[in-house]
Amino acid sequence: MTHTKISMAQALNQALRDAMTADESVVMFGEDVGALGGVFRITDGLTAEFGDKRCFDTPLAEAGIVGMAVGMAMNGMRPVVEMQFDAFGYPAFEQVVSHVAKMRNRTRGRVQLPMVIRIPYGGGIGGVEHHSDSSESYFAHTPGLTVVTPATVADAYGLLRRAIEFPDPVVFMEPKKLYWAKEEVDLTESQPGIGTAVVRRDGADATLIAYGPAVPVALEAAEVAAAEGRQLTVVDLRSVVPFDDETVCAAVRRTGRAVVVAEASGFASVSSEIVARVTEKCFHSLAAPVRRVTAFDIPFPPPKLEKYQLPSVDRILDAVDDLQWEDS
Amino acid sequence: MTTVEEQLLPSAEPVCLIDQNGVPHDHPSYRLPTKEALLDGYTQLIRGRRFNDQASALVRQGRLAVYPSSFGQEACQLAATMVLRDGDWLFPTYRDSVSIMSRGVDPIETLTLLRGDWHSGYDPYEHKVAPQATPLATQLPHAVGVAHAARLKGEDTVVMALVGDGGTSEGDFHEALNFAAVFQAPVVFFIQNNEYAISVPLSRQSAAPSLAHKGIGYGVPGERADGNDLAGLLAVLGQAVDKARAGEGPQLIEAHTYRVQAHTNADDASRYRQDDEVAPWLDRDPIERLTTYLEQQGWLDDDVRVTAEAGAVEVAAQLRDGLMPEPEVDPADLFAHLYAAETQQLQQQAAFLRDELAREEA
Ligand SMILES: Cc1ncc(C[n+]2csc(CCOP(=O)(O)OP(=O)(O)O)c2C)c(N)n1
Ligand SMILES: [Mg+2]
Repeated sequence: MTHTKISMAQALNQALRDAMTADESVVMFGEDVGALGGVFRITDGLTAEFGDKRCFDTPLAEAGIVGMAVGMAMNGMRPVVEMQFDAFGYPAFEQVVSHVAKMRNRTRGRVQLPMVIRIPYGGGIGGVEHHSDSSESYFAHTPGLTVVTPATVADAYGLLRRAIEFPDPVVFMEPKKLYWAKEEVDLTESQPGIGTAVVRRDGADATLIAYGPAVPVALEAAEVAAAEGRQLTVVDLRSVVPFDDETVCAAVRRTGRAVVVAEASGFASVSSEIVARVTEKCFHSLAAPVRRVTAFDIPFPPPKLEKYQLPSVDRILDAVDDLQWEDS
Repeated sequence: MTTVEEQLLPSAEPVCLIDQNGVPHDHPSYRLPTKEALLDGYTQLIRGRRFNDQASALVRQGRLAVYPSSFGQEACQLAATMVLRDGDWLFPTYRDSVSIMSRGVDPIETLTLLRGDWHSGYDPYEHKVAPQATPLATQLPHAVGVAHAARLKGEDTVVMALVGDGGTSEGDFHEALNFAAVFQAPVVFFIQNNEYAISVPLSRQSAAPSLAHKGIGYGVPGERADGNDLAGLLAVLGQAVDKARAGEGPQLIEAHTYRVQAHTNADDASRYRQDDEVAPWLDRDPIERLTTYLEQQGWLDDDVRVTAEAGAVEVAAQLRDGLMPEPEVDPADLFAHLYAAETQQLQQQAAFLRDELAREEA
C-alpha cells in the first residue's frame, strides 16, 4: 500500500472500519456516533456501512453505555464505546473502576472484558468548561485498566486496532487537538504494540518523555533545542499502562537528564509517576533531578486563558536549561 | 376520589391554551393567563428572540466561543422564570441563556461562559440563578438540595430545575426525582423536550409514552404542555409552582417543543434530519401565535409594540457593545478561588507564571 496523507480522525475511523470488517463481534456505540458520525466524526459512515446493529446511538447515559459494554463483552462481543468528551465520561466512573477494571481479577480470570472505551481528551481546542480535561491519571491509577494514547496518525490506527484485539479492557485516550493533524502514512505498516514506548527523536544531551498531546510539543522543543546546539531525545510513551520502563530508562541512562512533559496537572499524576520511576531506577545515571512541564494544579481554564495552562516549547526549553548543566 | 393514575399521570394531550393559529381553547384544569401576563410575555418573547438572533450573529463573528440557541424555545425559557418569585431559584443548563437573562442577570454576564472568559459570569446568589450546568442532569440533585434546605429553614422557596429531553436519560435525573419525592422537596422539574439531544432523536432516548410519564414511578405528578404556547406554559408551570410552594412536593413538567436550529453553531443538523421535518415547527412558532391572539383581542396596541421593540433593540445593542471589545482576562485569575486559602503549591505556580510573563514582556 502506498502512503496517503490522512488525519488522525480519519485514521481512527479507518481502524474502526477495518476492525468491524475483520471481526463481526466488534460493535461501536455511544452518544451521536450513528447518523452524525460522532461530534468529532470518528465514527463517520460506520452505521451506513455496517448497519444500526453494529454502530448505534444509545440513550444519553455514560454509566449505561459502559455498563452495557461490560455485559456485551461478557457475552462474547467486542464493544467499542465512545465517551463524547473527557469530562462527560465521569458518570461512567463507577462502572469503569468497579467493574471494567476488576472483572478479570474478581472472577479469577474466568470473565474477560475485551472492550475499548474511547475518550477524546485534553485541551487546545478552545472548549468551554468540561471539554478539555486530561483524565488519564484517574484511569492509570486504577489497577486493571490498560491506558493508551496515540500521538501520531499511524499510532492512532495501529494502537486502536491493537486495543480492539486486546484481551483486556483498554481506555483509549484520543488527544482531540491532534484529530485534524495530517501525516503521510501507510496504515498497513505494523506498529509497535500496547506496552511499548517509542523513541521519536534521538539526541545525546537530555530526554523528553511525553505522551499524547504533549508529544508534538516536545518534538518541536527538541527541534528548537537542536538549533541552539542541544540534542534531545524524545520518547513517546504511547502506552501509559502498561508502562515501558525499559525504553524510558534506556533513554534516560543514555542522556543522563530528563524532562517529563504532560498536558495534565502535575499533582499525583502520570507525570509524577514517571518521575518517580525514572528516579528510582536511573538514579546513578542522572546528572540532575528529573524536571516536569505540566499544567498547573487548577481546573482546566476557559478558552481565553488556556494558553497559560498548556505545555509550551518555551517552558520545555526552560526546564531543559534548568537541568544543572554546570555546577552553580 | 381520584386514582393514583389520575393524580400522577399527565394529561392525554399536551396542554395548549392558544394553538398555533392563535386560537384560544378552554381547558378543564387550566385557565388562560391574564391580559397583563400575556402582554408581558409578548414583550419578553420579542426580547428573548432578539437575544438569540444577536448571540448567533456574534458567534459567527467570533465574539462567542459557542452558542447553543434556544430559538423556537423562547416560550419555555420565559415561562420558566415568569412563574417564579424573587426568592425562588433557577437551575439552568447551557441552553437556557434567555431564562437566565430574564431572571435579571446582566446579558453579558449571562454569556461569559459561552464567550470563553470564565466558567460562569454572574453571582448565583444575586438573582438566585445557579451556574449553567453543562454535564447533563448533574444540576438536578443540587436543585433538590437547595429546595430541601429551604424547607428545613422554613422558607417557602420553589426551585425551577431545567433539563433537556436527552438529560432525562442520565442517572442523576432519576435520582433527583426520587430524592425530591421522598423529601417532598419543592422542585419543579421542567423538561424542554426539543426532540433532539444533538443528533439523537427522542425515539432513541426513551420508550416511555411521554417524558412526563417518568414521574409516576417516583410518586411525582407529571404534566405536559405545548412548549410553544406561552399561555399554556404559564398556566401549567404556574400551577406546578403553586403546588410545590403549598407543600405538595415536586412536580414534573414536560414541554413539547423543537430545536429549530442546530445543537450549537458547531453542529451540522443536515447530517441527521431533513429540512421538511423542521418546516412544520416554524408554523408553530411561539411568537407568531401569541401575536395573532393578542391582535385578535385588540390588545396589541402601538404602545406594547414600541415597548417590545425597544427592549429587543436594547438587548441586541447590549450584546454587541458588551461583546465587541476583547475582554481583559487576567492570567492571575487562574489561581484565584480554587480554595478558600491558597495552597503553597498554587502560590508557587502563580509566581512561576508571573515570572514567565514578566520575562516575556522584557
Ligand atoms: C454527562 C454529559 N454527557 C454528554 C454531554 C455532551 N452533550 C452536550 S449537550 C448534549 C445533548 C443534550 O440534549 P438535551 O438534554 O436534549 O438538551 P438540548 O441540548 O437539546 O437542550 C450532549 C450529549 C454532556 N454535556 N454531559
Ligand atoms: Mg433536547
